[in-house]
Amino acid sequence: MASSTNTPDWSRVRLHVVTGKGGTGKSTVAAALALGLASQGQQVLLCEVEGRQGIARMFDVDPLPYEERRIATGLHHDGRAPGVVHALHIDPESALLEYLAMYYKLGRAGRALDRFGVIEFATTIAPGVRDVLLTGKVFEAVQRNSRNRNATRYDAVVLDAPPTGRITRFLNVNEELAGLAKVGPIKGQADTVMTLFRSPRTLVHLVTVLEEMPVQETADGIAELRGARIPVGGVIVNQVRPRDITAADLEAAVAGRLDTARVEADLDRSGVAGGASLVAGLVAEVRDHAERRELEDAQRAVVDSFGLPTFELPRLTGGVDLGGLYELAADLKNQGLA
Amino acid sequence: MSTARKTRTRVGPLATAPSPAPALDVDALLDDHGTGIIVCCGSGGVGKTTASAALALRAAERGRRVVVLTIDPARRLAQSMGIEQLDNTPRPVSGLRTNAKGNRKGGSLDAMMLDMKRTFDEVVESQANPDKARQILDNPFYIALSSSFAGTQEYMAMEKLGQIHADARRDGSYDLIVVDTPPSRSALDFLDAPERLSSFLDGRFIRLLLTPARGPARMMTAGLGLITNALNRILGAQVLRDMQTFVAAFDTLFGGFRVRAQQTFRLLQADGTAFLVVAAPEPDALREAAYFVERLSEDDMPLAGLIVNRATPVPPGSLSADEAMAASERLRKQDPGSLTAGLLCLHADQTRIVEREVLLRERFAAAHPQVPTAVVPALAGDVHDLDGLRQVGDLLAGGSGVS
Repeated sequence: MASSTNTPDWSRVRLHVVTGKGGTGKSTVAAALALGLASQGQQVLLCEVEGRQGIARMFDVDPLPYEERRIATGLHHDGRAPGVVHALHIDPESALLEYLAMYYKLGRAGRALDRFGVIEFATTIAPGVRDVLLTGKVFEAVQRNSRNRNATRYDAVVLDAPPTGRITRFLNVNEELAGLAKVGPIKGQADTVMTLFRSPRTLVHLVTVLEEMPVQETADGIAELRGARIPVGGVIVNQVRPRDITAADLEAAVAGRLDTARVEADLDRSGVAGGASLVAGLVAEVRDHAERRELEDAQRAVVDSFGLPTFELPRLTGGVDLGGLYELAADLKNQGLA
Repeated sequence: MSTARKTRTRVGPLATAPSPAPALDVDALLDDHGTGIIVCCGSGGVGKTTASAALALRAAERGRRVVVLTIDPARRLAQSMGIEQLDNTPRPVSGLRTNAKGNRKGGSLDAMMLDMKRTFDEVVESQANPDKARQILDNPFYIALSSSFAGTQEYMAMEKLGQIHADARRDGSYDLIVVDTPPSRSALDFLDAPERLSSFLDGRFIRLLLTPARGPARMMTAGLGLITNALNRILGAQVLRDMQTFVAAFDTLFGGFRVRAQQTFRLLQADGTAFLVVAAPEPDALREAAYFVERLSEDDMPLAGLIVNRATPVPPGSLSADEAMAASERLRKQDPGSLTAGLLCLHADQTRIVEREVLLRERFAAAHPQVPTAVVPALAGDVHDLDGLRQVGDLLAGGSGVS
């Protein structure tokens, strides 16, 4: 298990961006991180930007609108107010209309823009605008100001971000807009957002599993983020296989030196029928497991070579449900990420 | 406001008794010379690229003349296939088995990695005169559209498929095209891409930009003025000018794009095409697969089957998870470090995962009883050479994976 001693003080980080290759469980990790932070009494906002309604599914609530909703509240203890996870599903169309209303008081013109298909145009085709809007809304939630009255102020915002392959382009909105909007408020907005993303108040965490391709993509992602001067936080190694067998036994299993007579005797003693064929089956299983563990260890060495704080989450046998999320949140907390 | 996925109707038997899915006969599909195109689709991270490469290799070694169009293969796999260079042209893959059992003569395999921007550029260059093409290629809107518009990659995969198919028919170079689809947010993006591009090109705003203050558009000019002003305030005047230049220059190509998109769509509906939906035995991936299967039937696209990739290997024997756990706990009480207890624990864990995966598959089969399914057990390591692909191919075809 990763130790918490290698974790720097991240208590002042306001925006945690969670990315990862498809299939590694980045949305699960983002949700667990939000829960872990909230469990310490914080007000946390969990955002998703890919239109998947993954948060609603994980927390088993109705599909989320473009509106901040409480989705998980902690229990009272020590007389302190419990932390809360709020969720927000950000879609670019709504973000643009809100942006126009907030900054330009575009009443009639705003509606006209929608009617003439400009909103659709801007959010689907105009280069970079989609990402400016999505990141702009995240920015707004982190840096709540007087324009958004009555809005909750958050201690931390967790962003379930696009996958590793797209994350730098997504966060690097400034670059995308270069050569397009050279002046004007959209450009100004992009610049301000970039200032936050490059500041120590932001961290990008990368989720991976211990397989070759996701680990390689993680390495590439880290290099790209660093190239764009966006601060990289930790690597979260997800879906780690159980460790019920000692290293020595695994080695013996690979070498075919396991004490099968002893296993058979143990099985007899504990009342499991099956005899030699069961023993052979178990030994075949453990050899396969050992082989996978060996590959995992090789990838773990690669992850360690990144020199970043690393956190490990177990593979949950029964799949991830709300209880599973709480369990993972506790794991992240114990390891010092949340 | 519109959400990303419109409400779709579910399509299924509505009332059904559970029954196992029919088996997908991969070799029959590959050997059938009526199969001209195989499209592998599914959500990201399920192993589509490896599956399509494995299918292509197996087909080639069974005597088909195959080209595989991949999107984003792992570096080492790309290297082993000789396609790490993005040059948008199919290259022959060397190292095919020639004499081994089951291989007929005459098979070949070419592979290419899709370069979406280059494909787009080529389309523009082939459709416009050099001056106009340059004007388009240099426009910042075009640059962004061709490299980052969501859906461009999907659209370009289809465009390239159309091109290769036309070439292959003309010169008889290939009799099977295997297509890997981009790692989309949602598996449906692939089918929606042409429609999205088309509807964008037909958009009111675009037409407004093209025909200011003439004919019927005159009625809308008051609104347009309002919009132009608003956009100038937000984006700066230069952006709108770039946009107008781009749209005007691109205008002549619009029709061509739409016609080609429709042609490719019809090609996908034709009998020679077979869709294989790839999924991992996970709820999210199978949910995407279900949407995809339903969508294919709605659009009359020929679905050949479902590949459940990276399934947990079924543990041998019949010892149940509960029994194993109980015995393991008894042993641990006597000896906390008991090896046998560890083995039983591992067996229980493995068995539970397999049970869960089987249940997920059964549920899928109940909702989609007509979909032949192949289950591919997970290999211990990653696939990065032809031997690995061969092994996956063998597993796909229902073999033991030992080749």
